[in-house]
Amino acid sequence: MKKITLLIVLSIFSVLSFAQGYNVGDKAISFKLKNVDGKMVSTADYNNAKGFIVIFTCNTCPYAVAYEDRIIELNNKYEKKGYPVIAINPNDPEVQPADTYELMVAKAKEKSFTFPYLWDPDRKVSAVYGATKTPQIYILNKEGKDLVVEYIGAIDDNFEDASAVSKKYVESAVSALLARKKPSPDFTKAIGCSVKKKKV
Amino acid sequence: MKLIFILSIVFTLLFYSNQEQAVPIVDFKGLQPYLNKQNDTTYVINFWATRCKPCIKELPYFEQLNEKYNNKKVKVILVSLDFRKSYESQLLPFIKRKGIKSEVILLDDPDSNQWIDKVDAKWSGAIPATIVYNKNSRSFYEQSFTFNELDSVLNLKLSNP
Repeated sequence: MKKITLLIVLSIFSVLSFAQGYNVGDKAISFKLKNVDGKMVSTADYNNAKGFIVIFTCNTCPYAVAYEDRIIELNNKYEKKGYPVIAINPNDPEVQPADTYELMVAKAKEKSFTFPYLWDPDRKVSAVYGATKTPQIYILNKEGKDLVVEYIGAIDDNFEDASAVSKKYVESAVSALLARKKPSPDFTKAIGCSVKKKKV
Repeated sequence: MKLIFILSIVFTLLFYSNQEQAVPIVDFKGLQPYLNKQNDTTYVINFWATRCKPCIKELPYFEQLNEKYNNKKVKVILVSLDFRKSYESQLLPFIKRKGIKSEVILLDDPDSNQWIDKVDAKWSGAIPATIVYNKNSRSFYEQSFTFNELDSVLNLKLSNP
């Protein structure tokens, strides 16, 4: 009997933990979070943007670190075309001490980030979006007053070696949106570090 | 001359007895057989990396499990997702330093979109992640474990084969 209860509890837990977050096609919430320069950044401030490349990332996850330069390149390439990068750190610094606000400021300075790097320690945004790992990308497209999720997944198909990449998922998704087409693929997966949150 | 010969044998023996476990480097095709064994053993497969904090925290529990079920038909396999370039500099020294006894495999296949769903469709790609399976059933967990949690999911699998 005890085992059956455990089984039921485990299955409810697994359903709950996978049922949250956005799918492609969903309307996404806009957000306003504190940037590494101390100011608040809101998606509503970007009047000229056509959408956003929202990247959940963090300071020390090796997969996130391996993508830092590629994230900077994405912003350099697509901000002027209307799809700026907004990076968000979803980790709770009490669980991952490498992700304090101060260390985020240091990271942004060290890498000369050209985009906002926002602090979301209590997962106000990342929990709603359903970010489970870093790095994880959500490409949003503005449709009137709405933000619509058009792509969820990886930046490309090689987390270890940028020079060995053959499929640039985010670039091809943004190019599709710029051509008023739907991204294909619109969903990919990649290995990442679990988002650090307190156990509930 | 004879002394040198004997010494070289002694050193060779010392060298081999001190050898750590071999850590094979495989792509996903090479890993797949480990995920689909059809025998009487129950397999506990943990996906981890040396620089993944929650992975390192729970690694001793997998070692403890490996030891506890040593004489049962249970096999623990630790699949490292460290970068290929950190194999010699990080992974092998880590295994030696921690004295890891469970089998370790490096999965060197960075096109992870191609294989994450083949491990389990529910997996987002976040590590740590763990599969507990035998020929009759399979369970997947994208979470961190305590020893007791791990022990109970394995027990569940062993008692309902």
